[in-house]
Amino acid sequence: MEMAQELHVLAVDDSHVDRKVIERLLEISCCKVTAVESGTRALQYLGLDGEKSSMGIDGLKVNLILTDYSMPGMTGYELLKKIKESSVLSKIPVVIMSSEKILPRIDRYILF
Amino acid sequence: MEIVAKLQKQFMDFISALYRERFLDDQFLQLQKLQDESNPDFVFEVVSLFFEDSEKLINNLAAALQQQVVDFKQVDSHVHQFKGSSSSIGAQRVKNACMAFKTFCEEKNIEGCVQCLQQVKHEYFLVKNKLETLMRLEKQILAAGGRIPDLS
Repeated sequence: MEMAQELHVLAVDDSHVDRKVIERLLEISCCKVTAVESGTRALQYLGLDGEKSSMGIDGLKVNLILTDYSMPGMTGYELLKKIKESSVLSKIPVVIMSSEKILPRIDRYILF
Repeated sequence: MEIVAKLQKQFMDFISALYRERFLDDQFLQLQKLQDESNPDFVFEVVSLFFEDSEKLINNLAAALQQQVVDFKQVDSHVHQFKGSSSSIGAQRVKNACMAFKTFCEEKNIEGCVQCLQQVKHEYFLVKNKLETLMRLEKQILAAGGRIPDLS
């Protein structure tokens, strides 16, 4: 009988505190978690930064990307755009977390 | 067993006061719920990260406000991070101080910002002290063979 595979979530947040909390919450929900501190690191992990990653895309198999919106450097929105522009990764659902209720901003995300 | 009960009561009284006085809010309670036998140091680890991050942010803010020409965007970015981490840990008074700070950043009011930094520091060091005491009480309870009381 085949065992259901654990979901693999890639969590992106520049805050150490938030990364730790997100990791724990996802672990409790029986997900495998990889937590990175920036959009740039997330793209590296996903093999989208142009450099050959040491693992093939299949090895990484990310089922969901959970990202903070406001981060220094690349915002969560910019990360979302890059992922959706990729033919390989565009199918992965992306959830953006934000404490700000800026409606025009939220509307932008739904276009993806 | 009497010593465990005594320590547990101390813990309950202390943490109830922290909630009453708004040093901590419900978010801290949520963090406590994420701790269990398989992750007994979770709260301690999160609190330690909060201390590390906060002290860096306070230094960065002080440096940013001392510049000849203050970059308010940079200051705002640091305050935003501080507001985020204090909110995530449930440090309500620090979070509120950061919210006031943000307003002065938006107004590019340097006097206001300098005062807010003092206020944020004050609140941070108060809650740091309280959290350190709380963590110590937890350790004592566990060392005496007891369990941390359920706060809900």
